[in-house]
Amino acid sequence: MDALLSCRDLVMRFRGLTALDDLDLEIRQGEILGLLGPNGSGKTTFFNVVTGVYRASGGRIEFESQDISRSTPQAIYRAGIARTFQRSRLCLPLTIFDNIMIGNHRNLNHGLWFNVVRRKELRRQYEGCREQALELLTTFNETLGARLMDAAGSVSMIDRRRIEVCRALVSRPKLLLLDEPSAGMTHEETHELMDDILAIRKRMPQLTIVIIEHGMSVIERITDRCVVLNYGRKLCEGTYAEIARNAEVQQAYLGQA
Amino acid sequence: MISPDKLPLRDSGAMPSPGKPPGPAVAVMAVIAVAAFGTILLWVHDQWSLLALAVAAAIAVAVAVRTGAAARVERAFIAREGAMNGVVVAAFLVAIAVLARQDFSLLILSTVLLYCTACMGLTVQLGYCGVLNFAGAAFFGAGAYTAAVLGAHTATPHLLVVLAGGAVAGLLGSVLLLPVLRTRGHYAALITVAFGIMFRSFLEVNNTLGGPQGLTVPGMTLFGWSLSQGIAIGSVTLSFYFNYALVALGLAIAVYVVTRRLERSWVGMHFDAVRIDELAASTFGLNVQGLKIVAFVIGNVFVGMAGAVFAMMTGFISPTDFDFSTSLVLIAIIMLGGIGNLWGILPAAAFVLILPEKLQAIQEYRFLLYAAAVILVLLYRPDGLFPRRLRRYFPPKARR
Repeated sequence: MDALLSCRDLVMRFRGLTALDDLDLEIRQGEILGLLGPNGSGKTTFFNVVTGVYRASGGRIEFESQDISRSTPQAIYRAGIARTFQRSRLCLPLTIFDNIMIGNHRNLNHGLWFNVVRRKELRRQYEGCREQALELLTTFNETLGARLMDAAGSVSMIDRRRIEVCRALVSRPKLLLLDEPSAGMTHEETHELMDDILAIRKRMPQLTIVIIEHGMSVIERITDRCVVLNYGRKLCEGTYAEIARNAEVQQAYLGQA
Repeated sequence: MISPDKLPLRDSGAMPSPGKPPGPAVAVMAVIAVAAFGTILLWVHDQWSLLALAVAAAIAVAVAVRTGAAARVERAFIAREGAMNGVVVAAFLVAIAVLARQDFSLLILSTVLLYCTACMGLTVQLGYCGVLNFAGAAFFGAGAYTAAVLGAHTATPHLLVVLAGGAVAGLLGSVLLLPVLRTRGHYAALITVAFGIMFRSFLEVNNTLGGPQGLTVPGMTLFGWSLSQGIAIGSVTLSFYFNYALVALGLAIAVYVVTRRLERSWVGMHFDAVRIDELAASTFGLNVQGLKIVAFVIGNVFVGMAGAVFAMMTGFISPTDFDFSTSLVLIAIIMLGGIGNLWGILPAAAFVLILPEKLQAIQEYRFLLYAAAVILVLLYRPDGLFPRRLRRYFPPKARR
């Protein structure tokens, strides 16, 4: 399979701390890749570097053979990479619809003249977007559709996560980065959410997903391949069965001698 | 299933049943009551009656909020927004007509409308995009001085002068863009504070612009109609402020329409996203800096246009009209009204401007009053007296 995104010698330093240390990583077209590793091993930093929140101290990131390691977050989003955050970053005072549309930025017409004067065309675009948002939202949760125009802050945690995923998906990205979507969820909720992710996968087989996750059963159930990080380096990679057998992985997680 | 469009509100605290909105009569009556009250307030001069009116108003508002009547009025308003906007404009026209011969009352009314216009500009900046601007008075002044200079030295049509006032304020604001964009939060706010103070000092030492003595501003002439002359109807001559009140109302309506449309569009949604979470916004491709620039410039243009009309109305401007305290008054108005809520601006501006102007006993202490009001609101209703509601891009049309 072709690599959708590949990093070579990726380095991210924060003053004295090296969060990513000569990381080589490949994400293949169409897979669900699990990104594992103990706390502080650089998983979220990797997402932040890929999406341009941080600028890499060294190394190269290629997305569809284009170097994106010096691109702005905006350009990276337009290239087709979308993400969710570990701690929910929804705009809680805004409606669910608004939140989803923030993710749809590249498909919206944001000229001032268009928005203020050509209201008829704006309305047409708005109605199209509404349909799209409703369709996306109801694949996750039927009842959320009726609450499209409610404040995002008025729904439960799991639904907020779903909205975050919708926000990332609405622009039809090529690569979806999920940063520990099950954080703060109960066991049942996590299960539901993973069903949702598998459902997305069924609907968009082209989509490549990278998921940061700690729950081993979750990893086993949904990933095609896993990469384990430790101290900003790749410890090992392979299928779940392979990495679970790996002695180094067990050591990193459990501290066994 | 309930259509999502019918569920527009958050906090439904005092609402009866969330089913059908109350009829238009409730809202129309509320507008009439408020307009009548405002007109009487502007009409009366006797200090004791004024005090009684203020107390009565406070009690009436408290009762309306307690009994849920205020929430019913709001719902009725929202259900027929377009029609209700018309009713409010009609109420203004009636009030202006009733007060047609009272110079002072009309001057206050026009000032309220112009401050509302300026506050809509600040709402675009702070309420939508989260850009704090403590130099509102400077941009108001930029518009005013533009009107003074253009009016005295050129024959520019006065409608264009108003636009030029906005343009100059917008341009002046772009001087601030770099420092404001490169700093955040309190630091950006402090830069605008410094700018506001510098602006006033600049006016005071600049002899071309009249220095501390200020400048006289020629009255407004629109299509050959000189606004600074009262219209004579038979033997009755109306106050010339009657004309300015109409112009101020017109400007407020125009700015309101543009601001509303801006709010109810992708641009408005993007402003909100930038205000609430810059990082998330930039991750989804929003041009955070660009949006801040757009909001800041649009806001300053609105403030400048209000300033230009203000200058032509008062006929005389001096640096003291545009000092830091005026900027604070503008901010106080949007904080009291509910940051981001356009309708909250009007009652807040009326409270802040009319009461101290009419009640001479508190005039000296008006900043104390503002401060107390802002602190109370921040403590007990941090979203302002009229909190902003959720965005609906295309509110339902009035139905029978």
